[in-house]
Amino acid sequence: MTLALAVDISLTLLVLAVAGWIIAVRDTFAAMIGFVAYGLLLALVWVRLAAPDVALTEAAIGGGLTGALLIGAAARLRGTEAAARAEYPGALTRTLAAVLAVTVAAALAIGVLALPDPTPTLAPAAAANLATTGVGNPVTAVLLAFRAMDTLLEAIVVLLALLGVWSLAPDRAWGGCPGPRRLVDPDGVLAWLARLLPPIGIVVGLYIFWIGADLPGGKFQGATILAAMWLLVIWAGLADTPPISRTWLRVLLVAGPLVFIVIGFAGSITAGAVLAYPEGHAKPLIVAIEIALMPTLVLTLALLVAGAPQRIPPQ
Amino acid sequence: MPHSLSTPDVTTPGGLLLVLAVLVPFVGVLAGMVLGGRGARRVALATLAAGLAIAIAIADTLVRSGAAVVYLLGGWTPPLGVALRADGLAVIMLLAVAVVIGGIGVYARADFGTPPGVREARAPFVFWTLLLAVWGSLNLVFVSGDLFTLYVALELLTFAGVPLVSLGGQPETLRSALRYLLYALFGSVLYLLGAVLLYGAYGTLDIGLLAARVHPEPVTWAAAALMTVGLLAKTALFPLHLWLPPAHAGAPAAASAVLSGLVIKGSWFLAVRLWLDVFVGVVTLPSAQTLAALGAAAILVGNIVALRQARLKLLIAYSTVAQIGYLFLMFPLAAGLAAAQLDDAAAVNGGLLQAISHATAKAAMFMAAGLVYTTLGHDRIADLRGVARALPMTLVAFALGGASLIGLPPSGGFLAKWLLVSAAITTAQWWWALVMLVGGLLTSAYVFIVVVRALAPAPEGWTPKASVPCYQQVAVLALALCSFLLGLAVLCPVDVAGIGRAVVPGIGSP
Repeated sequence: MTLALAVDISLTLLVLAVAGWIIAVRDTFAAMIGFVAYGLLLALVWVRLAAPDVALTEAAIGGGLTGALLIGAAARLRGTEAAARAEYPGALTRTLAAVLAVTVAAALAIGVLALPDPTPTLAPAAAANLATTGVGNPVTAVLLAFRAMDTLLEAIVVLLALLGVWSLAPDRAWGGCPGPRRLVDPDGVLAWLARLLPPIGIVVGLYIFWIGADLPGGKFQGATILAAMWLLVIWAGLADTPPISRTWLRVLLVAGPLVFIVIGFAGSITAGAVLAYPEGHAKPLIVAIEIALMPTLVLTLALLVAGAPQRIPPQ
Repeated sequence: MPHSLSTPDVTTPGGLLLVLAVLVPFVGVLAGMVLGGRGARRVALATLAAGLAIAIAIADTLVRSGAAVVYLLGGWTPPLGVALRADGLAVIMLLAVAVVIGGIGVYARADFGTPPGVREARAPFVFWTLLLAVWGSLNLVFVSGDLFTLYVALELLTFAGVPLVSLGGQPETLRSALRYLLYALFGSVLYLLGAVLLYGAYGTLDIGLLAARVHPEPVTWAAAALMTVGLLAKTALFPLHLWLPPAHAGAPAAASAVLSGLVIKGSWFLAVRLWLDVFVGVVTLPSAQTLAALGAAAILVGNIVALRQARLKLLIAYSTVAQIGYLFLMFPLAAGLAAAQLDDAAAVNGGLLQAISHATAKAAMFMAAGLVYTTLGHDRIADLRGVARALPMTLVAFALGGASLIGLPPSGGFLAKWLLVSAAITTAQWWWALVMLVGGLLTSAYVFIVVVRALAPAPEGWTPKASVPCYQQVAVLALALCSFLLGLAVLCPVDVAGIGRAVVPGIGSP
């Protein structure tokens, strides 16, 4: 047995074990911690499958951001945990859920096992057309050239999710600051971390964003790191979330998709199709879109974690 | 080799209109977010007018050219790129949604104004931005030719639709919204798993190319089953309808009209697209019969439960559960017609007409219920006295909408059910015709009860709690009239729905 195979087998077993533990464990908070670990393990799986872009995204979004959201939710649910346990689903519901899960898994297994070998793929076509886009990372070429429409719309999906979170605000708090005011010891360890980490995190985040054009990385992963840094500063009480009625906030939130759409429509005049780039200018335009999307994504992701506005707006 | 979308993959004249139909509403969302408050409403109403013009222009292009309208995004040809395609089915849905959403927008103008003294209020801001978002997402569902772009469209539709449920802000509406969110996300994930399997097996996500490549084998069946179940959960077909009635119980009338009239039609349309254009030749007649059996159960259960409701809004919500059932009767009928080497247009057009007439009628009825609630301060069916005097126009609208649900001539519901019944008889599947007749009887019972109660004279000295603006009543009546007169579509000289769809060898054919 080679070392690589041993690593793969133990990784698979570990993923399955953590997944089983998340389902079995009763305490919500513990399940959420398990979920974060699960996300990081999945990232390793993607690394083993030679998909570093997916691995980075899984670690940043699947492990980090989703983990922060879920842990935040679990923390808020602590007080009602005992009451919720009384509503624990009965044997019938659980059996149905298990049957459903097994059926879906079986359908997937049948499908995956029956896939032709070699699997048909568009990777060669993407690689062959890489040169026209000017970028070196084929994943970026797919996201911002071949399937740019999907990326544009996904950016809007995230924005709609934020609107959905905001819509849960009490009416009187509309326009106010999301989340509670953090009162933290200004000399405590959190405040210390919030002073120490952001400079490093910002450099790393920007680096991952910048190399995304040519190497694994990109705006979503970079934006998640920057959002995490901002949230750290907020949680440490060194800064507050901005009131959601601020014009600068709204402008930055829509700037990314709007610039994307403007450059996209400009393409119909300069390059013959919407979301096409004129020859020789593809890379600068793609980078311009990514730069515009960056603040939008940082703000949206951080504000998604920060939650609905809950404080009366400043007069 | 079956292939339905025989259109060549080049951008056709007028193709840019498809991009506009999708992106103009989203530009409205973004502009509304920046302008905020009253600006969001102004932007939304202006976008509604612009979007209707775009939809009409697309329909004009389609009928003139007699072929599907196509746009290749970025100039990339599928499978590498993404194509937008609008055939007759898509264009009819585009037009219908533009009209219904316009009616809802006019109605909601009164309910979702920013109160004086504040710059921006929660419910109006969220409503107007998400109304446009729902619209853009639906347009994308109709014109997208790519399974992954369609997944993004479903996600957009979910995140635009769910907050509308809890717009009122009461705790129980949050519960319903969360339940809807879970159903919708579950549906999205199943759909995505299916799409991934198809890409793995055939190396393309493009609908036209897939249709030419798929063949009956386990991976295709697994993908078809996963995607179909996911879409059924989003469409609220019995027994996956449990999220729908509670979602409507506490939602504002305009939001209910959007959800019940429009949002569920998105996932239904995608199911039709998959079964008729992608999996044709893969799905079997028994599987189509299963879909229709669920539809028949929905018709019976939904109508009977509707009859037992005490609140008008819930009655209309359960009536939606029943009407969704009719939408799924078309599958075995289309399959049966195709298997008999006949044109499946009767079944397909019947299903499409049912979708449109239900969208217009149900939007009108939910908004009528909203006006009744405003006027009476409640919507208890037992206590609707005085409605006829206070809201004569609205009661007429409710009755016309109800007539379309029952299937009285010349309503759209009549033509839809007539086409479906005749297809059922042609293909010797008389039991579906029987279900439709029983469903019509049950529907007429509860529409009749509501109208009779509302016609009862008001007690002495009764005054309405609040008066409603006339234009709201006109908007409701206009939508109800659209539904009632839709049956005149039979006079239309061209079969618009059939444009761009090649005659396909059907399900179950050798």
